[in-house]
Amino acid sequence: MTLNLFLQHLSNGISLGSLYALIAIGYTMVYGILRLINFAHGDIFMMATYFAFFGVIIFAIPWYISFPLVLILTALLGILVEASAYRPLRDAPKISILISAIGVSFLLENLATVLFGGVPKPFPTPEIFTSMVKIGTVSIQKLTFYIPVITIVFLFSLFYLIYRTKTGMAMRAVSRDHETAKVMGINVNLIISLTFGIGSALAAVGGLMWGMKFPQIAPLMGIIPGLKCFIAAVIGGIGNIYGAVIGGFILGIGEIMIVAFLPDLTGYRDAFAFILLIVILLYKPTGIMGEKIAEKV
Amino acid sequence: MNTRNKILTAISILALSLFVFYADRHFDIYVVRILNVCAIYTILGLSMNLVNGFTGLFSLGHAGFMAVGAYTTALLTMPVDVKQQIFYMEPLIKPLNAMVLPFPAALFLGGVLAALTGYLIGAPALRLKGDYLAIATLGFGEIIRVIFTNTQNITNGALGLKGIPAITNLWWSFGTAAFTLLVLASIVNSSFGKAMKAIREDEIAAESMGIDLFKHKILSFITGAFFAGIGGGLLANLLGTIDPKMFNFIFTFNILLIIVLGGMGSFTGTIISAFIITIANEVLRFLDESINLGFIVFQGKVGLRAVVFSALLMVVVLFYRNGLMGTNEFSWDRVLDKNFWLKPWLKLRRIPLRKGGNGK
Repeated sequence: MTLNLFLQHLSNGISLGSLYALIAIGYTMVYGILRLINFAHGDIFMMATYFAFFGVIIFAIPWYISFPLVLILTALLGILVEASAYRPLRDAPKISILISAIGVSFLLENLATVLFGGVPKPFPTPEIFTSMVKIGTVSIQKLTFYIPVITIVFLFSLFYLIYRTKTGMAMRAVSRDHETAKVMGINVNLIISLTFGIGSALAAVGGLMWGMKFPQIAPLMGIIPGLKCFIAAVIGGIGNIYGAVIGGFILGIGEIMIVAFLPDLTGYRDAFAFILLIVILLYKPTGIMGEKIAEKV
Repeated sequence: MNTRNKILTAISILALSLFVFYADRHFDIYVVRILNVCAIYTILGLSMNLVNGFTGLFSLGHAGFMAVGAYTTALLTMPVDVKQQIFYMEPLIKPLNAMVLPFPAALFLGGVLAALTGYLIGAPALRLKGDYLAIATLGFGEIIRVIFTNTQNITNGALGLKGIPAITNLWWSFGTAAFTLLVLASIVNSSFGKAMKAIREDEIAAESMGIDLFKHKILSFITGAFFAGIGGGLLANLLGTIDPKMFNFIFTFNILLIIVLGGMGSFTGTIISAFIITIANEVLRFLDESINLGFIVFQGKVGLRAVVFSALLMVVVLFYRNGLMGTNEFSWDRVLDKNFWLKPWLKLRRIPLRKGGNGK
């Protein structure tokens, strides 16, 4: 394998990893705060791509206006999902909340099938992202470079929000202990809604870039990326935002490299993430960055 | 069990056999097929309920076990010439291509292989708990599907298997369902079952009472996988064609819906809701197609049925968390008790009284 080819695979891996990281953050934030796998996260990501499709193609709103609108709509969808499906069950047994999460996920998928049709639709990629750039002898889509840059911008804003603002402090407090946070005067429900909103908005950013990279959208497109990003969050240590980013990159680069170096295993590409998950869960269940939590009776 | 209950049970079994005997001869093919699916979903629901409802292990890999059972049974019952015909991409590997077993043996082997898969998956995965276990079993289920899609010379890959002999009839499906219920009910009522329920209620407390967590969890998991494999085998020989795509997560979701609606931890509930869901699935078919009622044309939409079912799951989880039966089981004593039928009525009358006296 030539260096050129390797670099091309690496850049592909990095841009895929960035997308995984953005979506994985949504899982990890929700898990950190509610100890819940938000199964519907992958479907919220799918809905974002449809919002963009409707904004740009059906309503003909220019992309620089409709993409921010997509982020807001997706955030609202996330908040709605939390308020209707998870909030009423907050004190219920864990298994009920998990079933509810699976239910919401299927409801969104099926609603999307009914409302938007099961036939895949084209994603409206703005032209400035599709043009090619030539480096040496290889030509690479500009998008491959934009994706990591946009990801980094959003990640830094998120880290600023969480570690440098009062709201972020409140979020960290709620993730430690709901009761104590409430005693300190934090509006727990508001913070949880906000967490869902931010997580969903980041999924929307991931969705928009996913749509540009693989320009075809379908109602069931969210399942596999959703599962993989959850796996990325677990690999990094679920509940930890840095962990989600690291996990996302490990998974993205690993997946591309496996196909690049061992082309015979291409058919097993989707299984790679699950095998990695099981290995991690067995040997280091708290992930790379996770803290060990002692079980209390 | 007293004499009255024994007689009543015997009469019910006889009535069910007579029903199957009559249905087998006189019912429409379409109705017979739905009844078969009902019974197979009962088997799948019962086996998943043992793991999820009685042992409290939230496992989502059921479709994978079904796939193992379905493929094993199908490959062992298909005639040799059919095998040669459909494996045109790559021929079937050696011992399988000339091997044809009688249906019961193939079905049993399907169950055993599924149980073996259950052991291989359960041994590492059962060290996990709660949602980690859910996602790990889901992952294993997907891995099984990916493997089946890629092993062209064993499973025929994405092309699937066609021309599986249609052996499953009402006797097979209802008989196996009854057998499954018998076995699982005796497990649940034995000391094993009590230990499983203890694990469900509180793992740490159960462990400190001297219950071997891993042994009971893996036993439940393997038994669940065995019957899932048998259910899959029956389904393969009912449908006649199978492919890896069929055994995706949506299949597991349907069975999850059945056990949640029926009540996690109630076999009676599972049986009732397996019939409700399967029949509703057929009755609501009009939602996916457009029908002409003469004066009005109802415009159906593909996927509307699935929306109804996922909304149903949400409603059950949000408002009736215990499902139809909670953890209660059918018993003659309760059904024959007058108060059992009066209770809802009494409850209805008492509620306004209590509210008035509360002073709030």
